[in-house]
Amino acid sequence: MHPVLKTVLQRLGLGLLTLFVVSVVIFASLEMLPGGFAEAILGQGATPETVAAFNHQVGLDRPATVRYLEWIWNILHGDFGYSYAGLGGNIKRSVSELIAPRLYNTFFLAIMTAVVAVPLSLFLGIMAALYRNSWYDRIVNTITLTTIATPEFFIAYLLMFFFAIKHRWFYSLSTVSENTPLLEHMYRAALPALTLTLVIVAHMMRMTRASLINLLASPYMEMAQLKGVPRREAIVKHALPNAWAPIATVIAFNLAYLVVGVVVVEVVYVYPGIGQLMVDSVSSRDMPVVQACALIFAATYILLNLSADIVSIVTNPRLLHPK
Amino acid sequence: MDETTHKLTTALRQAVRGRISRREFTQLALASGVSLAAANSMFSKAWADEPKKGGTLKIGVGHGATTDSMDPGTYPDQFTGTALWGTLANSLTEIDADGNVVGDIAESFESSDGAKKWVFKVRKGVTFHDGKPVTADDVVASLQHHRGADSKSAAKSLLKEIVVLKADGPDTVVFELTGGNADFPYTVSDYHMPIMPKKPDGTVDWESGNRTGAYKLVKFEPGVKATFTKNENYYKPGKGWFDAVEFYSIKDSAARTNALLSGEIHYMDRCDLKTLDQLQANTDFTVTEITGYGHYIYVMNVTQKPFDDVNVRMAIKYSMDRKDILDKVFFGHGTVGNDNPIAPTVKFAVDPLPKHVYDPDKAKEYLKKAGLDSLAFDLSVSDAAFSGAVDSAILWKEHAKKAGIDINVIKEPDDGYWDNVWLKKPFVASYWSGRPTVDWMMTTAYAADAAWNDTFWKNARFNELLVAARSETDEPKRAAMYAEMQQILHDDGGLVNMQFNPYVEAHVKNMGHGKVAANWQLDGMRIAERWWFT
Repeated sequence: MHPVLKTVLQRLGLGLLTLFVVSVVIFASLEMLPGGFAEAILGQGATPETVAAFNHQVGLDRPATVRYLEWIWNILHGDFGYSYAGLGGNIKRSVSELIAPRLYNTFFLAIMTAVVAVPLSLFLGIMAALYRNSWYDRIVNTITLTTIATPEFFIAYLLMFFFAIKHRWFYSLSTVSENTPLLEHMYRAALPALTLTLVIVAHMMRMTRASLINLLASPYMEMAQLKGVPRREAIVKHALPNAWAPIATVIAFNLAYLVVGVVVVEVVYVYPGIGQLMVDSVSSRDMPVVQACALIFAATYILLNLSADIVSIVTNPRLLHPK
Repeated sequence: MDETTHKLTTALRQAVRGRISRREFTQLALASGVSLAAANSMFSKAWADEPKKGGTLKIGVGHGATTDSMDPGTYPDQFTGTALWGTLANSLTEIDADGNVVGDIAESFESSDGAKKWVFKVRKGVTFHDGKPVTADDVVASLQHHRGADSKSAAKSLLKEIVVLKADGPDTVVFELTGGNADFPYTVSDYHMPIMPKKPDGTVDWESGNRTGAYKLVKFEPGVKATFTKNENYYKPGKGWFDAVEFYSIKDSAARTNALLSGEIHYMDRCDLKTLDQLQANTDFTVTEITGYGHYIYVMNVTQKPFDDVNVRMAIKYSMDRKDILDKVFFGHGTVGNDNPIAPTVKFAVDPLPKHVYDPDKAKEYLKKAGLDSLAFDLSVSDAAFSGAVDSAILWKEHAKKAGIDINVIKEPDDGYWDNVWLKKPFVASYWSGRPTVDWMMTTAYAADAAWNDTFWKNARFNELLVAARSETDEPKRAAMYAEMQQILHDDGGLVNMQFNPYVEAHVKNMGHGKVAANWQLDGMRIAERWWFT
């Protein structure tokens, strides 16, 4: 079997197992938290009878194992269930309907950020390796390290202050909905994307620079230099192909962050992404939604890691053609 | 008002309605001895105050969650309250800017049998957004939604005093209560109880958002936004001026402020007190501060030592410098409390004497009366009770030292505070959003048998008065009873009312409004129908 295909199949199998474990862990931790959906929604109005009525209606009065098994059985049939919120009426909110637009927004923002941030950090990193210890290298390092060391909400406030209040070039609210046109969606998401770019560039740029510099000391780079290959060409043609594996891993890691970890930026810009949905659902113990979000997040990590590994294999002939 | 001013105000009202001209008004004003400049400015001001139609109002609210639903029984906070009740719907009654209850869907209401039986007449000509007229059946079904064994409504306990709820003809609703309650019309003004259309199966249609309010629902995206468009057939004259209204859930206060500054919203609630000075300095915006019913309190369990001694309680009440805490922790925003949970804007509220101010010597005197030289106790606090609870307690600890009282401040975890600390530990920080009537507040938290009697205080005279006043329909007699109750609670109860917290909100300059209600934030949650753009 082809090594790439083998890895993919192996990883997907392991991934399914991971998803299963994740769902058990999340379910169990939510069960252990004090309070339940009824208490969270009713607040002061939570009397024992109303809580009981609530729990009966959403089926929370049954044992946890039964609920879990029922949930996983439905998942295997492609049914993510209904949110506890608004149950009991004619219009139920299915989890997939609830998540789909949020997930779209999150991916939209992640892709928009990645399209800018990944090439930018590769470029900055390669240049930094090329002109190591120069003024350029130092300035780029200082700036990116500053932006990564600054809390993301603070960067967001600064950008908002300059670009939405001082100069009204952008919106400070990034509220979008399904019928927002593509261009306006991009415009509204510009400041969040810029914030996230500033947050993730340093990591990728530093990793690119470090892995390239590591390789510069290897014998084949010395050989290239001795046979008179220009420095720039040596780095791009000889060093970079060998550095793809660690770079791809870091990029995958940051892309995963863009999908699962941007709730702070979502809150500050009021961007309706999936992070906010997950946080709301956890605080009100809306189990079906939390479970579905957790599965999506876990799957994102698994798939992105898998792609990073595929890149490592494809760019390394020794792994691609094993004996 | 003397006769001249009265005439002038009447003339002004005629002028803005176009009945008399500006010139005629000026002539009249000059004849009454007003200068020309003054007459001119009176005229322009009156114009600005007169409501105008049009515009899209955008409001940023610091609440809202993706789990919010259209079911009014589960409206948790200001986002659902203001958007899905105050903008979209009406209850049987409403509370006006002066704190009085007036009819809303009900045209009139009257009681008999010592306020035990209530008859509400449904207003004629009120229609739902789909054009169907509102009948007594709809009202019954809407309230029934919160009752019954399988109800999961937060308002269920409010309505448990109802024994019989029935429609008597197409426009009469009859309530029979377990006991007399002269304040019953206030109860049905609650934002959990909008009037909704009845479905053929007898239940109520809460899902579709078909209601009676000044605006029709366009779209509700839980936790993100809610949009509305004007209801051209709204029954209330002179209400609902905007063409459209949009509510945004912006939970981060800095983001909310930025949205206001950058012109994305016209109105924000819950301003950040730390940066309020900068916002106030900005001439493009107006900051409003309304003392509501909500209050920040510390409550002790009066059945436990040492709080079972009234002299100890008095010493504790005199050991807190409320003014200092208000200035340092809340930047002066609020009204200091006087150990009476009834806000000054509530009907029948009194300010009992002597005022409980900071007086270490008096505190020491009371300690001596209790036979003590010094006092030490634990105080459990968390910012889950109210934001600033921990800082206030630490400041209080310093104040109390001078009175020989040693407060050991214990910071409890936020999560589960209401389940594990409140009503469990002997002395805790707490919060009430307040209630529109004395009876409602006292019944909720200070009656002997109240589920939320967080001071465990059982005063025979107080409880006797509470029951007697509830069915007393003679207003002066009631006022006297309520005054006595507030005095008893002030002198004997286990609550230290630190302060009444204000609703601090901000809006763009070009908005007009009448007197702002104090019962809820955002002008009693009904800003969309009460305000306008100038």
